[in-house]
Amino acid sequence: MIHWLNVILQGILVGGLYAMFAAGLSLIFGVMRLVNIAHGDLIVLAAYVALVVTNSLGIDPLTSLFLVVPIMAAIGYVLQRGLLNFTLGDDLLPPLLVTFGVSIIIQNGLLELFTADSRKLQAGQIEIETVQMLQGLWVGYLPLIQFFVAIAVIAGLQILFYRTALGRAFRATSDDQPVAQLMGIDTRHVFAMAMALSLAVVAIAGVFLAVRANFDPAIGPARLIFGFEAVIMGGLGSLWGTLAGGIILGVAQAIGAELDPGWQVLAGHVVFLAILAVRPQGLFPKVSG
Amino acid sequence: MTRVEHATRSSRIGLALIAVGLIALMLAPYWSDRATLRLLAEMSTYVTLASLWNLLAGYAGLVSVGQQAYVGLGGYLLFWLAIILGVHPIAAVPIAGVVSALLSVPVATLMFRLRGAYFAIGTWVMAEVFRLIASQLSTLGGGSGISLPAAIVIAMAPSRQARDFEIYWLALGITVITLVAIVALLRSRHGLALTAIRDNEVAAQSNGVDVRMVKFLVYVLTAFGTAMTGAVIFLMKLRISPDTAFSVNDWTAFVIFITVIGGIGRIEGPIIGTVIFFALRETLADLGSLYLLMMGAVAIVIMLWAPKGLWGLTAERLGWQALPLRRYLVTHSVPTRGAP
Amino acid sequence: MPEPLLEVRALDAFYGDFQALFGVSLQIEQGQVVAVIGANGAGKSTLLKCIAGMMPARRGDVVFDRSSIITKAAFDVVAGGIALVPEGRRLFPSLTVEENLLIGSQSRRPGPWSLARVYELFPILAERRHLPAPALSGGQQQMCAIARALMSNPRLLLCDEISLGLAPIVVRDIYERLPALVAEGVSLIVVEQDIAQALKAAHHVYCLQEGRIALQGQAHELTREVISAAYFGL
Repeated sequence: MIHWLNVILQGILVGGLYAMFAAGLSLIFGVMRLVNIAHGDLIVLAAYVALVVTNSLGIDPLTSLFLVVPIMAAIGYVLQRGLLNFTLGDDLLPPLLVTFGVSIIIQNGLLELFTADSRKLQAGQIEIETVQMLQGLWVGYLPLIQFFVAIAVIAGLQILFYRTALGRAFRATSDDQPVAQLMGIDTRHVFAMAMALSLAVVAIAGVFLAVRANFDPAIGPARLIFGFEAVIMGGLGSLWGTLAGGIILGVAQAIGAELDPGWQVLAGHVVFLAILAVRPQGLFPKVSG
Repeated sequence: MTRVEHATRSSRIGLALIAVGLIALMLAPYWSDRATLRLLAEMSTYVTLASLWNLLAGYAGLVSVGQQAYVGLGGYLLFWLAIILGVHPIAAVPIAGVVSALLSVPVATLMFRLRGAYFAIGTWVMAEVFRLIASQLSTLGGGSGISLPAAIVIAMAPSRQARDFEIYWLALGITVITLVAIVALLRSRHGLALTAIRDNEVAAQSNGVDVRMVKFLVYVLTAFGTAMTGAVIFLMKLRISPDTAFSVNDWTAFVIFITVIGGIGRIEGPIIGTVIFFALRETLADLGSLYLLMMGAVAIVIMLWAPKGLWGLTAERLGWQALPLRRYLVTHSVPTRGAP
Repeated sequence: MPEPLLEVRALDAFYGDFQALFGVSLQIEQGQVVAVIGANGAGKSTLLKCIAGMMPARRGDVVFDRSSIITKAAFDVVAGGIALVPEGRRLFPSLTVEENLLIGSQSRRPGPWSLARVYELFPILAERRHLPAPALSGGQQQMCAIARALMSNPRLLLCDEISLGLAPIVVRDIYERLPALVAEGVSLIVVEQDIAQALKAAHHVYCLQEGRIALQGQAHELTREVISAAYFGL
């Protein structure tokens, strides 16, 4: 019994990481109806940026966040303003294909720069420390921190969206782009800020990913898919729903892995497809796709 | 009186050129060496895959980044039919197609709950599901895959040369049939519906086009063709594994690149795109991942500056069409005398 | 002779291949209320959209405060002091009443209009400030849309069919507040299908007919017959 409780707990905790993958994706879709196919590869890019920063400055991964987050945010702003803004419009194909192209460029660029070798960031002692929750139930310090960071990120995004001028601008632009411009909102800038914010979240997710497990240039697409599954299961337009979706995915994968290691990812897909079949709008939907 | 005509002078020239080209290709086994023949066969399969993706995305508006699901499914079905059920490999190709088409129905039902880019990622998830299931199938080699046993290979034809010829004609045949079917579809009433959907889905719907049904049919037919092509591809390779069967790079990235470069939403696009892609590949393949990187960059540039692809760019400027697909309203006016 | 606040010179506008405005010229002076009337499809909204920078004009010029603004994007036009109350209100449905108003002040121009001042003018909005915008009645939404535009402290307010879909008594109520705007230094261009209301509120009237100015003159000088003739192109 305790054993299964442990499995589920691990699933919940990794669900926080998945929710972070998803939050960036969800934000972008909410503000500008853009689905960024390169999202997973950008998470991996963040991991490599963290690698370079920690190696060249000799700092630990969590401290490196102070550099990695602004760097990724800047990349996001430039990417949106310089490239993706030109793909936005009524036609679905350009943003999809351009972000697909960006995905391929990032993957192969990283391959050229860093080779296909597996890497990992070392966070030191904190990686192996554990905390006892119940009799016989131990949980790692790092997964716990990561889960609470995920909650903090989502709470932070909620506050930003609903209590700040920038968030107001995001929601207005998402509602009615031409009228938002009439109100003096430079939508090019707003979209770029949204992407910068998305990549700031991606940066946090990337660093935690890099500390938690091995990474290489090819693992991006899988992260995109996990983020996507969390968004759809949770319901489009709801950030807390995205957290729920991430947790469901994490738990499904954990249970699947427990039954058979080869079934881990497949279990997540199956649960995703099941929810898609039975409740396609997700568990806590706010907007229609 | 008015009637609808399809042909123009350029399309008549185009058809003539195509006919000549086709005859040359059919006779390829007799004038080319083994390596060239294999290359032509490979190009042929890519033309089919790209044409089908083009139909799905460019006409029905269903952008899928998961067609590798059917390439792999077709391949695995072929191996399963041949190895486990003892079906003749050549016969197994159309059977693989039909079974895949049937399987695509529940898949479509699920996938159609998603829209736009989410539909795209959903198709990718489906392909991943297929891949993961395939790697669990120990009878077909599990994660490391399986080779086609020699006995079955020989059953196709006694000599290697005869097998090469057979597979080549099979690939070419499927390509030709696919293109003819696509042209026929587009010239039919359903084709008009498709073009309407492509141009403006909401307007099409309000004009009575059953958009959902048309999209569904196109999805299933595309699955059918893609799976058959997948079967032929792995018949050529003589070996299959989950990673090669369901590779996003080989069966989606390259296909998208081909279609975008050649021109989305135009029949001639995939053909031009395939030629360019293979020309690039033959000259640049040594560069490895740098080659893929350039490919991605080129695709982005084309998408932003020449969204109709290279064929679209030239054809629109010059008013060409290689295949008679436009609909021209031709009126013959009756001269009147002495109007009041 | 004082320079006009806004001058539209021989404006041509197109929707794709369809020409909506043919050489339209118009001007408004500081402190004036100008009405633009015309049948549906005459081009009234198109004219306002061109001035506001919401759509590009192909020929002609729009000169505001002595500088040409015809190439300016919408958010630049607002920053310069022209605000549009769009046809159909178009409040942001995800935002509350107060949030809609706050968005209006995005361009941060200095001036007398603030939340407090706007709530003074439209007390019903203060009562409903935390409700989501769609919860308001038609008339209240219209007030909110006008207030939202005022929050940018414009020198020129463009009102696109503010009477649309509203009961006459509500329309009267709204129009009664317009003089307060003029008193605070806001000039108005009012596009209206309600001719009586337009003539009552405006100093100067232009009539558009199929994209062309068919009539212009002082409101009190124009007779019913002359207006009908211009309106319907008789």
